[in-house]
Amino acid sequence: MKIAIASGKGGTGKTTLSTNLASFWAEKTTIVLTDLDVEEPNSGLFIEGKKVHQENKFKMIPKWEKTDCILCGNCQKVCNFNAVMKLGEMIMVFPELCHGCYACSELCPTKSLPMIPKKMGELKYFKSDNLDFIESKLIIGEEQAVSLIKQTLDYVNNNFPKNTIKIFDAPPGTSCPVIEATKDADLILLVTEPTPFGLHDLKLAVDTMRKLKKNFGIIINRFGIGDNKVEKYCSENKIPFIAKIPNMRKIAELYSTGNLLYKEIPEVKVQLENIITFISKYQQENAL
Amino acid sequence: MKEIVIISGKGGTGKTSITASFAYLGDKDVIVADCDVDAADMHLLVQPDWGKSENFHSGLLAKIDQEKCIKCGKCAEVCRWNAIPVIDKKYIVQPLDCEGCGYCAIICPTDAISMNLQNVGNWFLSNIKTGTKMVHAKLGIGAENSGKLVAKVKNEAKAIAEKEGKEIIIVDGSPGIGCPVVSSLSGATYVVLVTEPSVSGIHDLKRVYELVKKFGIKAGCIINKADINMEKSNDIHEFLKAENIDFIADIPYNENFTKAMTMGKTIVEFDNGKIKQILENSWEKIKTK
Amino acid sequence: MKILLTAKGIEWDSKMDPRFGRTEFFFIYDEETEKIETYDNRAIANEAHGAGPKTAQKMSEYNINVLITGNGPGGNAAAVVNQTGIKVFIGAGEMTVKEAYNAYKNGDLKEF
Repeated sequence: MKIAIASGKGGTGKTTLSTNLASFWAEKTTIVLTDLDVEEPNSGLFIEGKKVHQENKFKMIPKWEKTDCILCGNCQKVCNFNAVMKLGEMIMVFPELCHGCYACSELCPTKSLPMIPKKMGELKYFKSDNLDFIESKLIIGEEQAVSLIKQTLDYVNNNFPKNTIKIFDAPPGTSCPVIEATKDADLILLVTEPTPFGLHDLKLAVDTMRKLKKNFGIIINRFGIGDNKVEKYCSENKIPFIAKIPNMRKIAELYSTGNLLYKEIPEVKVQLENIITFISKYQQENAL
Repeated sequence: MKEIVIISGKGGTGKTSITASFAYLGDKDVIVADCDVDAADMHLLVQPDWGKSENFHSGLLAKIDQEKCIKCGKCAEVCRWNAIPVIDKKYIVQPLDCEGCGYCAIICPTDAISMNLQNVGNWFLSNIKTGTKMVHAKLGIGAENSGKLVAKVKNEAKAIAEKEGKEIIIVDGSPGIGCPVVSSLSGATYVVLVTEPSVSGIHDLKRVYELVKKFGIKAGCIINKADINMEKSNDIHEFLKAENIDFIADIPYNENFTKAMTMGKTIVEFDNGKIKQILENSWEKIKTK
Repeated sequence: MKILLTAKGIEWDSKMDPRFGRTEFFFIYDEETEKIETYDNRAIANEAHGAGPKTAQKMSEYNINVLITGNGPGGNAAAVVNQTGIKVFIGAGEMTVKEAYNAYKNGDLKEF
């Protein structure tokens, strides 16, 4: 079963929830946690484990081979991203701009633009007891987060059995990286804050999940601060409300040091149990 | 003209609350641009009148003319994103999967595929409660995380600043290190990094600063919730020194940020004490950079 | 020397455009012939990505020796500029074209 943890707004506690839920649940069963926030992956800061595997992730880009090139300029003409350019007597490729569509390469009359791999990020696999943790990190300057997210998902799907509980820490927002990170999930947990920013961005996230026809539930973090409009919104829109993690200065302090919360704050443990119950019930009902 | 861009790398550090405070303190001397187009929230604190609105088009999307299609399947074959599945015996482009590369349109033997600009959102020109102008935007769901919309917001803000003779543009930048942030930073004269003393805050600060360095823009730093972890706060101060980043201010952990937000106010309108003073001093420092 | 300045207009009194990739106009001054050429680059606003290389490519068609701009070309455009061997001077973003040219002549601009 695949569970994605997402939020419209950044900084609402996706990573806190993902890492605490995964570690706590792993005390009972095997859990695979994957950080898909490849631009700013932070889950690893909270997970201790032994690195068992590391691999580079690549995207395919064209490389100009001068010998047979007749400088016809077709490559430049077919590229919609300004990633290939004829400059005087040479062809220049801009790797960061390339989306890897292969058009320039396959349509080149002299086959002068073979596709070669270019490193775009790193995938690391850590293990501790029942918890398998995978994270991918995008190289700074690379802009195509989606491709790295996709490759990371492929890695997880190919290396772990279908019925294992897989938790994915998704990137924030509502644009393409989030879509990629959530579109194959069986269930989405949306984390929000009971504040106007939280509510505003939650509505965007809910619209996104509805557009993707996904099943989702809501978890309120920093419960007690702000107002009750998020709860009201959930009940008015019949959105399952799964858990509320209290607002405590102590939580912010523990988080700041990279420590897990449930080990020190019993109330957090109770809420994690609520979440596990919700997910398990969902899993049974949908035979996942 | 000065273009001050406020970014944070990590979400939830108080970037927008702080930016809105500067917008308020800058009063009529500034033009405001909300470039966090993916989750634009600043309007909740500065109450724009949503004066003028325009559609924004960006990114191409393939469309197949079923009349002309001979179902040869070449488009689906060359598509690296598997965005053209066969549904009810028809080749149909899936908008969320289409990358807009146009390879299918080139390869199609009957010219049945056209590439069309997508409407990805709206941008607005508003008056906010201080009587100054703000340019902001709303990105459609699942739209390309558009650096171009960010550029549009910034350019409109600049044009207005020029027309009205304003010297300062305050920009609420995008999160992350990807394309929208790159767009937010391009053309900036000064960058304000908002961070918090946590392992994640420091991690993201360092990553986003690497990007700032690539642009060669001078930066300063505000540490929010500075007293939540003194050790990590010190680590940040060390980092600032080592990288020659201006230290602007430490702001203590304070729930008034949220209280002000629930009332639709900036923190400097709500808090009359220490936080207000810190932000006023910060703004004085930043605007003279 | 043939000098290209990134500008917001086509006059000596026009403001400089601090951006390279998304500059609105090229203002090209040939010191030998004292001739001025201009190019309207405003269509670049329609490019989501890769404005830098595209503008750099256009620039390369003018066989210039010196580029004067505001912020300096970004990574991709810089790669193109490097290939062409053009000298780049930056920091003229807030000036008029005339002021930027004079500042360059006086050696007041930073080489990129």
